[in-house]
Amino acid sequence: MALQSLDIKARSATTFTPPSARGTLEVAKLVDVSRCIGCKACQSACMEWNDLRDEVGVNEGFYTNPPDLTDQTWNLMRFYEEQIEGSLQWLILKDQCMHCADPGCLKACPAPGAIVQYMNGIVDFHQENCIGCGYCISGCPFNIPRLRKEDSKVYKCTLCSDRVSVGLEPACIKACPTQALSFGSKEAMVVQANHRLEDLHERGFAKAAVYDPEGVGGTHVVYVLPHGDPALYRLPRKPEIGPLLSVWRSWVSRSLGVLTMFGVVVAGVFHYMRVGPIEEPKDDEPAKPGKEA
Amino acid sequence: MAIPESVVPARRERPPEARDPNLLVRYQHAERLTHWAIAIVYIFLFLSGLALFHPFFFWIASVFGGGQLMRTLHPFCGVALVLLFYPYAGKLWRDNRLTAGDRVWLHHMFAYMNKQETKEVAETGKFNAGQKLMFWSMVVLIAVLLLTGIELWQPYFAPRFPAPVRKAAAIIHAASAFIMFIGIGIHVYAAYWTKGSVKAMTRGTVTRAWARMHHPAWYRQVTGKEP
Repeated sequence: MALQSLDIKARSATTFTPPSARGTLEVAKLVDVSRCIGCKACQSACMEWNDLRDEVGVNEGFYTNPPDLTDQTWNLMRFYEEQIEGSLQWLILKDQCMHCADPGCLKACPAPGAIVQYMNGIVDFHQENCIGCGYCISGCPFNIPRLRKEDSKVYKCTLCSDRVSVGLEPACIKACPTQALSFGSKEAMVVQANHRLEDLHERGFAKAAVYDPEGVGGTHVVYVLPHGDPALYRLPRKPEIGPLLSVWRSWVSRSLGVLTMFGVVVAGVFHYMRVGPIEEPKDDEPAKPGKEA
Repeated sequence: MAIPESVVPARRERPPEARDPNLLVRYQHAERLTHWAIAIVYIFLFLSGLALFHPFFFWIASVFGGGQLMRTLHPFCGVALVLLFYPYAGKLWRDNRLTAGDRVWLHHMFAYMNKQETKEVAETGKFNAGQKLMFWSMVVLIAVLLLTGIELWQPYFAPRFPAPVRKAAAIIHAASAFIMFIGIGIHVYAAYWTKGSVKAMTRGTVTRAWARMHHPAWYRQVTGKEP
């Protein structure tokens, strides 16, 4: 039996009943934005643990570096300048995969086993099964997965599934010097987030809020946002899988499609048996040699 | 030693399809070869698309060298289909213009399918109304499949389109491919059902009686005789 921590709950493009005998703890990462100082230690730790080295780019005039997530940057500190209630605020957001409970990427994926969701809630890409179609990129409500040109495979944060599976916390958590990052059971992280919220409210952050969006079934990365509105941090206010993806990857519509196509084949066979072919009519007498029409 | 030109049979005047003077040439060499090239490309596109459409069929991917290779080849084959189909359609479209007789044909279609009527409408030319509708539906569907396919084509074009556009394109692409399969299914079956048709597209010729029965107006046009 494989590691309990790697029991699979959902597997892309597969009819699959998850094993249910063992109860597994759901895990979550808590990002307390109010405690973050933007030191990027988590970003470096992610690179180091996963042996990722992004290209050295150019300074584009702001502190976010590199400017976007890439196949080599799975965890990116983003910095925004915002006018909030008359004062300039420097907002910092640790951007990475949210590990949705209802993952759009997994739903969109047509390759069996290229995307899995473990019982503990981690959504992981198995690149050996990835076919490079990029559907997960369209399916993700947070714009996280990145297609690597060199191998046509998609990459993103694994929530250090390799570390978590052997009882370690993710690399980013370990590196954080201000305890802005915590890791534990989802339940404990939600309790801790709400506790932080009370504290922030007392300190005058009246709009402070916990970000654990319901539209995707909740996430296994939970934020405490001191200024409340997710849009200020460039997080979607109401992320959801959406009707387009639901129609596109619906098992019902796809199975109906296949059944209808099968029905066309069956109808042809039955029609041939019942009605029979239109036989070729008897041809004219052969024309005399040399005579042409 | 060179053979004097006068001794060489006039092959250009009489293509191999028409060596038997009793047979009428229905499809030229080039038409038939293009038709079957399109058919082969279509089969690849359909099977690889089916593998991506429903996990039930993902095993087909192993026939095409695995999922990644299949996914890579699919759009290139789509382009091949477009490059083969539209020049071919450009040659066929004149014979596929809808006429008043086609309405009559469509009216009698079900009776004809049940063999309650076996005679084609007198105005039926080289193609009957069913064939014409098949032709025009392919003209439209292949264009839609191309346009939506470009939006899905990783890594070349897809990144230029926003996610909602790609999702909508994927739905339209799948729906069009589904309709196309139904159309092609009817096309293949109708050819098999109407004896003499498969030979027309493989060997290029039909008998005079076949032409009189199925395409009276075309018979009149090529022979100059009343059917």
